[in-house]
Amino acid sequence: MEANYFAKRVGQALLTFFATVTLTFVLYQMMPGGPAQALRNQILAQQMGSSNTINPEQIEQLIANYTNLESDAPIYVQYVQYMSSVFLEGDLGESLYEDAAVTELLAERLPWSMLISVYAMVIGYSVSIVLGAVMAFKEKSRFDSVSSVVVIGLNSTPYYVAGILFIFFFSIRYKVFPTGGRVGLGIEAGFNLAFMQSIALHAALPILSMSVLGLGTALTMRGNSVRVLGEDYLRVAELRGLRNSRIATQYVGRNAILPMYTQFMIGIAGVLSSSVIVEEIFSYPGVGLLVYDAIQVRNYPVLMGSLIVFTLVTIVAILIADLTYGFIDPRISSGGTNE
Amino acid sequence: MSNERPDDDLETLFDADIDREPTPRSQRLKRQFDLYVVAPARVAMTDWRAIVGTAIITIFFLMGTVGVWLVDRPTSGDAPVLAPPFQNLNYILGTDTFGQPIGAQLIHATPDMFRMVFAGAVVSIGFAALVGIVSGFLRGSKIDTILMSITDIIITIPGLPLVIVLIAIFRPESPYVIGVLLGLDNWPGLARTVRSQVLSIREESYVEASQIMGISTGTILRRDVLAQLMPYITVNSALASRRIIFESVGLYFLGILPFTTFNWGVMMNVAYEGGALSRPSMYHFLAFPLLTIFLMSFGLVLFSQGMDSVFNVRLRARHSSTIDDDGGPEP
Repeated sequence: MEANYFAKRVGQALLTFFATVTLTFVLYQMMPGGPAQALRNQILAQQMGSSNTINPEQIEQLIANYTNLESDAPIYVQYVQYMSSVFLEGDLGESLYEDAAVTELLAERLPWSMLISVYAMVIGYSVSIVLGAVMAFKEKSRFDSVSSVVVIGLNSTPYYVAGILFIFFFSIRYKVFPTGGRVGLGIEAGFNLAFMQSIALHAALPILSMSVLGLGTALTMRGNSVRVLGEDYLRVAELRGLRNSRIATQYVGRNAILPMYTQFMIGIAGVLSSSVIVEEIFSYPGVGLLVYDAIQVRNYPVLMGSLIVFTLVTIVAILIADLTYGFIDPRISSGGTNE
Repeated sequence: MSNERPDDDLETLFDADIDREPTPRSQRLKRQFDLYVVAPARVAMTDWRAIVGTAIITIFFLMGTVGVWLVDRPTSGDAPVLAPPFQNLNYILGTDTFGQPIGAQLIHATPDMFRMVFAGAVVSIGFAALVGIVSGFLRGSKIDTILMSITDIIITIPGLPLVIVLIAIFRPESPYVIGVLLGLDNWPGLARTVRSQVLSIREESYVEASQIMGISTGTILRRDVLAQLMPYITVNSALASRRIIFESVGLYFLGILPFTTFNWGVMMNVAYEGGALSRPSMYHFLAFPLLTIFLMSFGLVLFSQGMDSVFNVRLRARHSSTIDDDGGPEP
């Protein structure tokens, strides 16, 4: 039964990935005039600099190289070809402007984006869970009302506004942190202290401004905890004379965090998405900035490739969430099908 | 929201046995009005967040309706370039680098904002509630599997990049279309959360009781589950609006959406690209749009919080009572 569940989830993840790649194919086809028309303009614009003229067959060839689409073949042939090159060859096409495969470009950028996203999520969520729980325990106290207002205030600040303010105060006014980039100039890469420090300094502001995204969770956590605090079993626990710390972690914490568990994992998608805007503001060269640059010149293969890779990361995260959810909430896994 | 109180239902259940005059229609209406309009309004009035939130949203609403009519549409060269704020009554918030009054631009950006938010919130909340409730209640069935597979597929496609690709391809200009695009990426996450809420609610004893009593699934969904989820849905529609504002302004700010209308994000973009961060004479050009976005979402979040306490049955039991009781709100 366990193995069955596991296989089912993995199968679902694969299906999801398959659907996403199909979606990018559909998106190519949905471009006004189809991929051929849309890309032809881009390719012509790109070839403007070099004086040599290119003939239609060459353009066909280039489109096939860049996107894995043979735009003159019937649509099902195109689809099979596109899917097989993604799945069998791991080929996401080629960038229109740099002479590089999309996978290469992404592989180089992804670790940097993951670095700031993961830290932003961990910081944002752990701060807000603790804060939310404390607020609920002290419901209607001065602490609760003051921190509610603060959290609501922070929650009303878009992360890019937070980013702009951080740059303004920390980089331009007080020059504590650099305004952009991911490492300082002239610092030797490798496992040395200066390099690590430089990475941390450059990542600090993007991480801070993205972690603002997670702060809304504090209010959800507060609401859930208040709800749990009203339950009968909690009164029973108190009457049993259990220690407050045990009540807080095992009774309230567990039942309050549970409904948010999937939300956390989905949060990865949100945080990764936000990297497009944050990385542009901090000119932090991760996947987000790659996407941003690709939009400016309508570098479609890079856009589609990033979409696929962003999705892949999220699929893995959600798969983990699904597989572990049953362990955390026994009610879900024991429930089975009772209709 | 269910529109009958459970007591009435029990009464009708036993009406056959007990010889009793049925409640007159007018009284029933009055009672419902008390329960669903007067009592929530009273609770709302005791909650400062609901008051402030409603006030802020009302101000923005007035900005978007009356304000647009009162204040002329700004054009370049209306006023001196980069006039500082609070100096001249005609352009009280100062002017931008083209000599357009900033206050008027902020006002004229509001209607499109509302259109976007409306379209987006309706799409995302409607989808999320429908999918989440149905699939949570039919957990394990084929319908659940299909719905959740679709949700999973859409959820895993990171919203912003997808929206960006769609915008890059279609270059939408209508605020409704932009709102729907942003709302589309919004619903799956909410649907999943609604589903997991439904799963918890379903374990509650009263839902089981309803099932044992043989009440149809539809009625249980409507009465027990939806009523429990109401606070959740209301709170989230305000939050979804906030998210749509964030994303649309963000995309305008990055210059990804075409600059066809006045928008707070467009103003931020022009100011930011103009180096407003290091030019004190331009501070106000960047600061006021930022402040406006902050205020609007602050209002929405406060409103959602206030509504939470209005709809939340437990909080309500603790804080207030319907008009039938003589006791006012307890401290």
